[in-house]
Amino acid sequence: MAGSTPVSLSADAAAPAAAQPRKSRPTTPAGEAWRRFRHHRLAVASAVILLALFAIVALGPFLWPVPINEIDFSAKLQGPSWAHPLGTDDLGQDLLARLIYGGRISLAVGLAAMIVAVVVGILVGAISGMASGRVDAVLMWVTDLFLSLPLLPLLLLLTYLFRDSVKSVLGPEGGAFVLIVVVIGGLRWMQVARLVRAQFLSLREKEFVEAARALGASKPRLVLHHILPNALGPVIVAGTIDVAAAIIAESTLSFLGLGFPSDIPTWGSVLRDAKDYLDIAPHWVLFPGAAIFLAVITINFIGDGLRDALDPRRVL
Amino acid sequence: MSRQYIIRRLLIAIPSLLGISLVLFTILALAPGDPFEELATNPAVPPEVRAALRAKFGLDDPVWARYLHWITAMLQGDWGFSFVSRMDVDTLILQRLPVTLIVIGSSQIIAILVALPVGVLAATRPYSLFDQVANTFAFIGFSLPTFFTGLLFILVFSIQLDWLPFVYRADIDATGWQFYWEHIKQAIMPVMVLGLFQGASLVRYVRSSVLDVIKLDYVTTARSKGIGERKVITKHVVRNALIPVVTLVALQMPIVFGGAIVTEQIFRVPGIGSLLISAMLANDTPVVMAVTFVFACLVVLFNLIADILYGWLDPRIAFR
Repeated sequence: MAGSTPVSLSADAAAPAAAQPRKSRPTTPAGEAWRRFRHHRLAVASAVILLALFAIVALGPFLWPVPINEIDFSAKLQGPSWAHPLGTDDLGQDLLARLIYGGRISLAVGLAAMIVAVVVGILVGAISGMASGRVDAVLMWVTDLFLSLPLLPLLLLLTYLFRDSVKSVLGPEGGAFVLIVVVIGGLRWMQVARLVRAQFLSLREKEFVEAARALGASKPRLVLHHILPNALGPVIVAGTIDVAAAIIAESTLSFLGLGFPSDIPTWGSVLRDAKDYLDIAPHWVLFPGAAIFLAVITINFIGDGLRDALDPRRVL
Repeated sequence: MSRQYIIRRLLIAIPSLLGISLVLFTILALAPGDPFEELATNPAVPPEVRAALRAKFGLDDPVWARYLHWITAMLQGDWGFSFVSRMDVDTLILQRLPVTLIVIGSSQIIAILVALPVGVLAATRPYSLFDQVANTFAFIGFSLPTFFTGLLFILVFSIQLDWLPFVYRADIDATGWQFYWEHIKQAIMPVMVLGLFQGASLVRYVRSSVLDVIKLDYVTTARSKGIGERKVITKHVVRNALIPVVTLVALQMPIVFGGAIVTEQIFRVPGIGSLLISAMLANDTPVVMAVTFVFACLVVLFNLIADILYGWLDPRIAFR
């Protein structure tokens, strides 16, 4: 009976008994997944909070039109007030405006790095899983090699070495964005590649693939229409968790002073500026830290809910 | 476990070390910037001198020759000279390495001490209140980035309560018990920050791995023979459940080193992580390369230890 236990325990254990299969409506795979996802109450709550976070970050500059770099020494290091809901920093700049701006960067970096990682991972995993033989062996050796690379030192090294040249081509902000996204994505694709390869190895021997092949489907068609859609479940889960990991990675880089240029506020760089004022202005540390924490934990919970929803072994 | 198995593992580690060194060198070779850039813009240095210097240091050689040169120098212990610290890179790293190893090692012990009992208890009572609470705390634990927990710890324990120092000092002028107590006191926060983060992600692995094992037939057999529940769990279940956990601990090592860099930076621990950051901010490339390579070696080393532990926990693996 090993393996039949649901991976996540946040899911409602009592729910399966209540949800008898109803014959009234034909269920699509997506509908079925959504039905299971709803049982994970924390995941649903997280999805709502995360959507709110996205909305605040997207619409914030219109609702709170305070410039991020308006210096006002008469209001420096103030705690939360009506004029500055999240307080101010050592130059009297409004923290709410800075955190909204930083949130745009952090969330965009997270999503973009996840897309890079998933695309590279699917490519490597699919080639490896379809080719087998020597190509497979080499690709898996490379994957294992990347898995044993020290992630953060390498991230730091790459941004340190390539920062200036990318900046000169794409400008300070765009350059840093592209560099960080490519570097984070380029160092996080291994998990997806292994998942995709494992799925491909089992799926390509299944009868429905055999049938499609017998009907004369070409190899690209086999991969794109028959195998890949069935392999996507674990990839979606891994991709979701990757967004959280990428947000942490970007904040860490900025926190260490090797991410975005120091005049651009991201959640990590605001924390970096704030850490020397820990004793007199704790709000300055708490708000950006809470923002990172909220984004990361909601994404992790959503990933957990998706894991339950997309697990084909699980029968509810 | 045979000696053959250990030797085979050691031999497998060599190509991955070479691969890592190749990756590092490729990054450096692709990176823009020339070590002689300053000389090129300096009008007092004639072009012939510059060309002679380039030839002397082998900068005009093909890439593979430069790689071979670099890797043989690294193997012979010639790691270059740090112009910022005015000393050899290898002595600099050897000075800093023990602190990092102590912090990482004790945080791993903390992580296992937290994760093992909590994970096993949660798995023996699935979906109980304890299980739910442990799961929620685990999620919070690994969703809090280490730099934020570090700052929170400083805020609570150093500033509000004034219990612990938040700057790590190497020069403590005390003797006897006082000396050790001061050292332990200043290590508590960095070790706890790393250990709790790591422990939080381990709890879930331990739990699901125990859950997988606990329903197997041999456990039922052990119970039916009349062995006490406690003994069944500790002797029969946990040992087998630990096998995948050991792999996961090894796979997490790269993340742990990342966390170590951050905590060393926050608490100003004089380890190789803070050395890496200060070297980067000071453009001290030989140190940056060497520290990154040391981190890579440590990751490979921990993978090796995990493999050997794996063979000890599950003798079947050693024979494959």
